Amino acid sequence: MAKTGSQILVDFLVNKGVEYVFGIPGGAVLPLFDALYDSPIKFILNRHEQGAGHAADGYSRATGKVGVCLVTSGPGATNLTTAVATAFMDSVPLVAITGQVKRPLIGNDAFQEADVMGITRSITKHSYLVKDLKDLPRVLNEAFYIASTGRCGPVVIDLPVDVTMECCDGLLPEEINLPGYKPCYQGNPRQIKLAAEAIDKAQRPVVYAGGGIILSGCHRELLEFAEKARLPVTTTLMGLGGFPETHELSLGMLGMHGTPYANYAVTESDLLIAIGARFDDRVTGKLEEFAPHAKIIHIDIDPTSISKNIQVDIPVVGDARSILQELIPQVHYVERKEWFEKILEWKRKYPLSYDNSGEAPKPQYIVEQICEATRGEAIITTEVGQNQMWAAQFYTYTKPRTFISSGGLGTMGYGFPAALGAQLGCPDKTVIDIAGDGSFQMNIQELATAVHYKLPVKVAILNNGYLGMVRQWQELFYKKRYSQTKLDDNPDFVKVAEAYGARGFLVERKQDVRPTLEKALSIKEPVVIDFRIAGEENVFPMVPAGQAIYKMIGSLA
Amino acid sequence: MKHLISATVENKVGVLARIVGLFSGRGFNIDSLCVGETENPSLSRLTIVVNGDDAILEQVRKQLGKVIDVIKVTDMTGQPYVERDLMLVKINAPPGKRGEILEIVDIFRGKIVDAGLKDVIVELSGTEDKLEAMLKLLQPYGIKEVARTGQIAMLRGTK
Repeated sequence: MAKTGSQILVDFLVNKGVEYVFGIPGGAVLPLFDALYDSPIKFILNRHEQGAGHAADGYSRATGKVGVCLVTSGPGATNLTTAVATAFMDSVPLVAITGQVKRPLIGNDAFQEADVMGITRSITKHSYLVKDLKDLPRVLNEAFYIASTGRCGPVVIDLPVDVTMECCDGLLPEEINLPGYKPCYQGNPRQIKLAAEAIDKAQRPVVYAGGGIILSGCHRELLEFAEKARLPVTTTLMGLGGFPETHELSLGMLGMHGTPYANYAVTESDLLIAIGARFDDRVTGKLEEFAPHAKIIHIDIDPTSISKNIQVDIPVVGDARSILQELIPQVHYVERKEWFEKILEWKRKYPLSYDNSGEAPKPQYIVEQICEATRGEAIITTEVGQNQMWAAQFYTYTKPRTFISSGGLGTMGYGFPAALGAQLGCPDKTVIDIAGDGSFQMNIQELATAVHYKLPVKVAILNNGYLGMVRQWQELFYKKRYSQTKLDDNPDFVKVAEAYGARGFLVERKQDVRPTLEKALSIKEPVVIDFRIAGEENVFPMVPAGQAIYKMIGSLA
Repeated sequence: MKHLISATVENKVGVLARIVGLFSGRGFNIDSLCVGETENPSLSRLTIVVNGDDAILEQVRKQLGKVIDVIKVTDMTGQPYVERDLMLVKINAPPGKRGEILEIVDIFRGKIVDAGLKDVIVELSGTEDKLEAMLKLLQPYGIKEVARTGQIAMLRGTK
């Protein structure tokens, strides 16, 4: 039976088990949307392509499945690029299908034409322009395979409208043909043995675990490994939830806004075991003074991450899970009494803390209350800036895929649409976007999506009337010259929520925080809570940019 | 330092752009770049000559390997290899000087591939040094145009 390109694509997605596709229709994708009309795939109509991309990304991060989005050519595709770049930086498996003008018009400045291959080249793991219908099944198959294997990432498929309208008889080849792509999963046994020996010998080891723990699904192995060899574990922002923060071996998050004890432990360690982390500048601070006494083991699936920023002594390339499974039987319990005493002392002396005085609720207090009210069981998404750091510091993460945030690219406006995707992927979970008043307004239009699909996502706006993190830097490093960071004219968020058909609450006093949260959690609809927090609260501790990570400022009294 | 990088890639749309982007995105100027089909028509071979910091180029080499359509990458720097560059030079050649020019071209085993009333075109292949040396000797006659392919290279022996 003859099938159109559109039908081939839709059938492929159905066979692949794709449940949701996020996006917005447009001229160049009309045939695709016509084919979707009769399909069992649930299409989520977002209100901006960036929102669609982030929602697909949030869905993927919450479930581990490939996120799929579909937008039109030109502006549809360019609007999507921020979401694609976000997924690329955080290794999120995403397949983004963009419409393209018909083949004879490509390169002619046609209406709604953009060179999507060119624009997305450096922000995708791979990209395709399908110029021949007979390539389509293979391209689709390869795209899902590439996105979800090795170091995951986004793949863009640019699909000219005339290809989707063309008909084809009979079966087309679907086989994957990628001689240049052979992701390596098994670690080299010799390197693993070297790593095990170094771990047994270490007096002051620290595990530095990144987002790779979550992507590889090896949180159980990490726990077993840390307990067996008795190793303290610090996670990156992306690694939050990869190791239970309630565990005695947990050091919490390290880096610019990490815990003092994590940063001190790394600085004094004699062996740093990096797993699925990439030595990002927000983690390392001044490179020359990062873990200066430590030998470094680096377990990562991406060979380009090894020795990129820091010279590694024992690299092990492969999947973190399979490597940990090999490593666990080879390591032994070592008590390391002195080391743990020292860590305990740091924990006692320098806990994360804040001043909870005053009438206005403190953002840290709000995040703690969210954690208590949800018993630490919610999926937390964040925007970017102070809200993100408070959400990372003061919520206690114990399970993977419960902290969803734009770590690498730092995309404001990410958290809310990502929360919608996460909620669709995990309908039984409580999903809360911890937001700032600045960030939330960057994709506030997605309230319409939340209301339309009855997604009971909660948005907790930590409203300080500022672009808070930038203001904090201006306070600390630019003599309080608050250049363009005051948001004087914020809308009434309660009314905005209500105008969209969602619920809205205003909280101005500390004692109203918990009751309002409880009320919001009991409502099975989208709720926006506008928490009016003190305008000039800062995120501490903080390592000034380019400084050594043990030189933190703030709350170290 | 100068690096000579060779890559076997799939002969597909967009591969070259991705590869070049890895260099330009880091602010490296490519000194020369040569692409052509290999013994297998579905594969192309690229030879890139680029100057830059060793550590950063090592990173670029790894990134090249990560490009889906790149099958193999070799940095030939420091290994024994054979290199060739092909050049066409148009030289000012008034009748009285043609004999001299011909002599120089002969020394380098070059060929005159075109002759006009006022100029000749010389073809020469060889290592970069050899090409430079001939150009230097031809300079006084007046070089009108130069076109070069850039280096291609292959490791010696079997591996």
